[in-house]
Amino acid sequence: MRNVTVRLGRVVKGLGMFWWDFLVGDTPEITVMVLFLLGVVALLSDVAHVNTLACVALPVFAIAGLVLSVGRARHRSKR
Amino acid sequence: MLASVNSLSTVVVLIGAVFLAATVEMVEALTIVIAVGHTRGWRSAIEGTGVALIALAGLVTIFGPALVRVPLDVLRLVVGSVLLIFGLQWLRKAVLRTSGYIGMHDEDAIYEATVASLRAQGATVGRDRVSFVVAFKGVFLEGVEIVVAVLTLGSSAHRLALAIGVAAVAIVVVAIVGVVVARQLSRVPENAMKMAVGIMLVSFGTFWTGEGLRVRWPGGDSLLLGFVVLYALAVFVIIRSIRDRRPVLTGMP
Repeated sequence: MRNVTVRLGRVVKGLGMFWWDFLVGDTPEITVMVLFLLGVVALLSDVAHVNTLACVALPVFAIAGLVLSVGRARHRSKR
Repeated sequence: MLASVNSLSTVVVLIGAVFLAATVEMVEALTIVIAVGHTRGWRSAIEGTGVALIALAGLVTIFGPALVRVPLDVLRLVVGSVLLIFGLQWLRKAVLRTSGYIGMHDEDAIYEATVASLRAQGATVGRDRVSFVVAFKGVFLEGVEIVVAVLTLGSSAHRLALAIGVAAVAIVVVAIVGVVVARQLSRVPENAMKMAVGIMLVSFGTFWTGEGLRVRWPGGDSLLLGFVVLYALAVFVIIRSIRDRRPVLTGMP
């Protein structure tokens, strides 16, 4: 029984590590920016009911995330 | 008329994204399998590849029907967010490679590195465990990315069968080309393809995240093509603004 629990723990840990690496990895700024974007657009769309702003905010934040992440990589390459 | 234009936009971007994503990942997987086969023999390389393909087919069989049952709004929000993260990661890498900040993905270098590593392991008698594991890992890990692209794009667009079919065609085409030209996979313009896939994934991600959050897009599905143009322009501007005169690096990332 204990063996099964240990193995199950390893599988869960392995799956967690895989998804962490897949979705966060060495670019946590992208994940954070997407989560931030979700919050802002949800507020604009569902709470403030300003559809046009939500339409603009989504791609703008996505591009900002890319710029931020590329900038961070450039900064690291210069050090 | 408008509905058919909307539907066509989705299908065109879906086919492009799945085909290019499957091609890029298949090239990477095939490079590893060919390196294993040439260095240590084909039997274990093919066995490792076969088992990895069965495992990937299992993933599609388990998660494909399950995803179809998830409410569309929730599915599009989750899938859209994952595609945004995934697509931005691809775009970031492609932008940094194009502008010379990291080395280009070099299939020849990967081939040579894999061959050197396999030769260092020494010969074995009978079934070659090292070959099996290297081929399995190469095909499975690259294949998971294809599975994620196919399942997320296909299920959210309600065109899972089309996405699976397009990915299968890409895999067969790369396999045939790989077998015919053997080690010439380095000629595939992988970085440009990765950039195109990244643009399409981020476009789908933006669109479906918005749909999941009940944003009403002007123009409906046809705006997908607008997002493709917008992100392509943004990438172009970013590359132009950061490209400096440093020599382009070569080798693996």
